[in-house]
Amino acid sequence: MPATKNTTPLIKWLFYMADSNLILSQRNSEWCGHGPVLEQDIALTNMALDQLGQARAYYQYIAHLLNQDVQSPEQYTNEDELAFLRDNRAFHNLLLCELPNGDWAQTIAKLFFFSHYQYQLLNMLTQHEDDTIRAIAIKSLKEVTYHVRWSSEWVIRLGDGTEESKTRMNNAIHYLLPYLSELFNPADYELSLKAYDIESLKEKYIAAIEDVLEKAELPIPVSFHINLIQQKGGKQGLHTEHIGFILAEMQYMQRTYPNMEW
Amino acid sequence: MFAINKYYYGDIPDGGGNTSNAQFSAENEWPLWEVFIRHKQGLDHKHVGSLHAADANMAIENARDVYTRRMEGVSIWVVESKNIHASQPEDAGSFYDPAQDKIYRHPTFYDLPDEVKHM
Repeated sequence: MPATKNTTPLIKWLFYMADSNLILSQRNSEWCGHGPVLEQDIALTNMALDQLGQARAYYQYIAHLLNQDVQSPEQYTNEDELAFLRDNRAFHNLLLCELPNGDWAQTIAKLFFFSHYQYQLLNMLTQHEDDTIRAIAIKSLKEVTYHVRWSSEWVIRLGDGTEESKTRMNNAIHYLLPYLSELFNPADYELSLKAYDIESLKEKYIAAIEDVLEKAELPIPVSFHINLIQQKGGKQGLHTEHIGFILAEMQYMQRTYPNMEW
Repeated sequence: MFAINKYYYGDIPDGGGNTSNAQFSAENEWPLWEVFIRHKQGLDHKHVGSLHAADANMAIENARDVYTRRMEGVSIWVVESKNIHASQPEDAGSFYDPAQDKIYRHPTFYDLPDEVKHM
């Protein structure tokens, strides 16, 4: 098992970023072969791969940092171990990312809420003092810009569509609203890192989200709802029941056939 | 009154009655779009295939996702397929055959100086 205890705030925060991307990537990849039409199936799978790539970048950096303190070569860790051999309590992903896909609207809404958050956050991280984090942010931002565009257009298309699509989009957003406060309730490692101003992040985020919802004819006061019910825990490793099932499927191969490679 | 039908994979209900097979009909399908990709600055857009999309924006994004995943393009055009008018195969005789015996239209009757390249 990789040594992930007694780690620095930086490493904990990197796990937060990596795990959120990995878990949502795993969720989105569940749609592979099941998309409503071929083109959208490919679009969502592409984005799942973007998120997997971003997760890899963070895991590689974590492995690099952890390996600096290692005494003997047997203790070296790598990105695969970090992704496939940690248990659910070690995962720091947002609860939002592990929630079930539900219908197409719920899948869209999850990506919508997450990608807008990433977009604002990565924008701030492009000014980060750490070269590696800055490089990851600059590269990821291009991908996330597309995720924001794609998911926002779908929110508008469904919200301003038929009665059925509007109902589904509305239900999906209300199902996810309680999980948004976690984005802005800082974990201890976020507070000690002081890498970004969370209040300004929240302000920009809510403005962007509400702008799209208004265009989608779904005038939901997110700034009000976000403080109403506050689900939390993911950032500290306390998850919903869904994470166990995700990890069981995702980690099965590596745990059954240790050290297997493609 | 309605009947609940249970369908199995591969069962496409045939028309008739008030079945919900409208969802399979072409009417409810998104329109078809033709996709043209420019592979490099300076080259022209080439037809690469077609796809379904609800509107032009979605068609461009779908084209991006389906046809430029391996760095194939720097620019995308989409045209709704119904807006493309094609010549008819049965016109091929009158359209193209008359050109066959007019070889003088080919610039092959001139001796090119060796200095001229790229002809």
